[in-house]
Amino acid sequence: METLDLPRLRRDFPILAERVNGHPLVYLDSAATSQKPEVVIDAISTYYRSANANVHRGVHALGELATEVYEGARQSVADFINADPRGVVFVRNTTEGLNLVAQAYARPRLGPSDRIVATVMEHHANLVPWQQVRDQTGCRLEFISITDQGRLDEDSIGRLLQAPTRLLAITHVSNVLGTINPVRELVERAHREGIVVCVDGAQAVPHMTVDLAELGADFYAFSGHKMCGPTGIGVLYGRPELLEEMPPFLTGGSMISVVTLERTTWNEIPHKFEAGTPDIAGAAGLRAAVGYLAKTGLDLIRSHDQELTDYAAEALSEVPGLRQYGPPANERLGIISFNLDGIHPHDVGTILDREGVAVRAGHHCCQPLMRSLGVAATTRASFYLYNDKDEVDALVRGLGEVNRIFRA
Amino acid sequence: MILIPSPYGGAGKLPGPAFVFTTAYDGNVQAPSSAVDDELFREILLDHYRHPRHRGLLERANGAAHGHNPLCGDEVDVSLLVTDQGVEAVGFDGQGCSISMASASMMAEEVDGKPMAEVRQLIARFRQMLVEGKDPAELGDMGDLEALAGVRRYVARVKCAMLPWTALEAGLEQVEESHG
Repeated sequence: METLDLPRLRRDFPILAERVNGHPLVYLDSAATSQKPEVVIDAISTYYRSANANVHRGVHALGELATEVYEGARQSVADFINADPRGVVFVRNTTEGLNLVAQAYARPRLGPSDRIVATVMEHHANLVPWQQVRDQTGCRLEFISITDQGRLDEDSIGRLLQAPTRLLAITHVSNVLGTINPVRELVERAHREGIVVCVDGAQAVPHMTVDLAELGADFYAFSGHKMCGPTGIGVLYGRPELLEEMPPFLTGGSMISVVTLERTTWNEIPHKFEAGTPDIAGAAGLRAAVGYLAKTGLDLIRSHDQELTDYAAEALSEVPGLRQYGPPANERLGIISFNLDGIHPHDVGTILDREGVAVRAGHHCCQPLMRSLGVAATTRASFYLYNDKDEVDALVRGLGEVNRIFRA
Repeated sequence: MILIPSPYGGAGKLPGPAFVFTTAYDGNVQAPSSAVDDELFREILLDHYRHPRHRGLLERANGAAHGHNPLCGDEVDVSLLVTDQGVEAVGFDGQGCSISMASASMMAEEVDGKPMAEVRQLIARFRQMLVEGKDPAELGDMGDLEALAGVRRYVARVKCAMLPWTALEAGLEQVEESHG
């Protein structure tokens, strides 16, 4: 079976040569943000060195070049997710994309007789915007519960995926449990009931092939920085027919067609949703990132992440007092959340950090999920294409150190 | 001192559901010997974490405050009985990491029975040690609290150590307000 050439691939990421607290960096926090390959860092720098100008404005050569860079990035992203580029809106991040859907799609359409459905495992980014819409429109907001294994509860799906539900907000992959939700099947079921589906794809797009034509989601948001791209740029895909009907989210320059002192007509989609000067350098970086991921091969990346997750789940099950959360490792994607009995995740995180191992400790922007798991916080190790088994071993050694200190 | 039952459960114990891959701790850890210094997690800190002093809220208190760190979910409640003589009794409850809980335990031990002026001074000195990075040797005797000096090197953890102290300050303010 073909596998990733790890030693060569790791050299693509300059930061992996850094040392932390006297140890080689072991970066197991890619679910928070991924590291960046040299091609992405170079693309940003090259843009500023040789192509910087504003887009869709000047008739000068640099202006045209910058526009080509920016619109070329849109086309690359559209190809990467197999979507119509008119549906690809550049935003700052997943959070902004989801807020756009909440305010420009849901808010003008919903009223007290309607219902929004989300799940208990949502990140705050796919929860708080819907609470806002509920408060603004008087609609109801209900949640699909999860099973003890960290999967969506079928009874609760059946009960909620029907009238008066108008919108389903769901994460593709849980950022805490790593659970891969059956989005395609849920979209089919929702569409049969006339329910629009808005997906948080932040943890999915970096790790697996996401084909929007096949998934059929109406809205799909993700962030550049979790998929080897820069911070500050993300994507909201929206079905063009829906985007056409929606009012703008932010208004101002670029998103207009004709402006008089009295009124304004909107630019065409997707520009209608991109007010002001966009993150052109970010788009250049994101274009390089999707190019890098496509060249490396999403299927290879996914099987690599899966293999590491399996390996880590097995190794962690040997650590005394350790409890893992979520479904079996083969149903998860690159994420393991755990606790050491009686030891707070922050203490775990601090001791691991002293060993050069970077993990996330806390509620992971999922306070309702933490409550549902009956914990205040967890420690989370997350893997990406550049991680190897030696790094998992370093994590396990670090956890031995935590046990040594706290159970002495 | 009468204590109110804790809504947080046992000290530092993380309740959890009984699912997936639970390995029982067998007390038999083969840990590699480590070169790192254990300055942060010194025995005295771990002792306060495992055996907190003054844990439990006072039934008769005239000052109480709740501290919460939204970043990590740590919570601490402090209750005080303050008279003209000073802090007559103090108790805390909460759930959180070793640093926040040990800090609360050490704090309660130090302020218990102290006149107000000394309590105020102690709060100021603790903040100087942790936030301004002053050498504890220059700050005078602070008892077990000196064990927390190492926390200042971990910027993300300073808030953990300060959490019970901000609650203490809020509790003292409440006492002063109610006395007019």
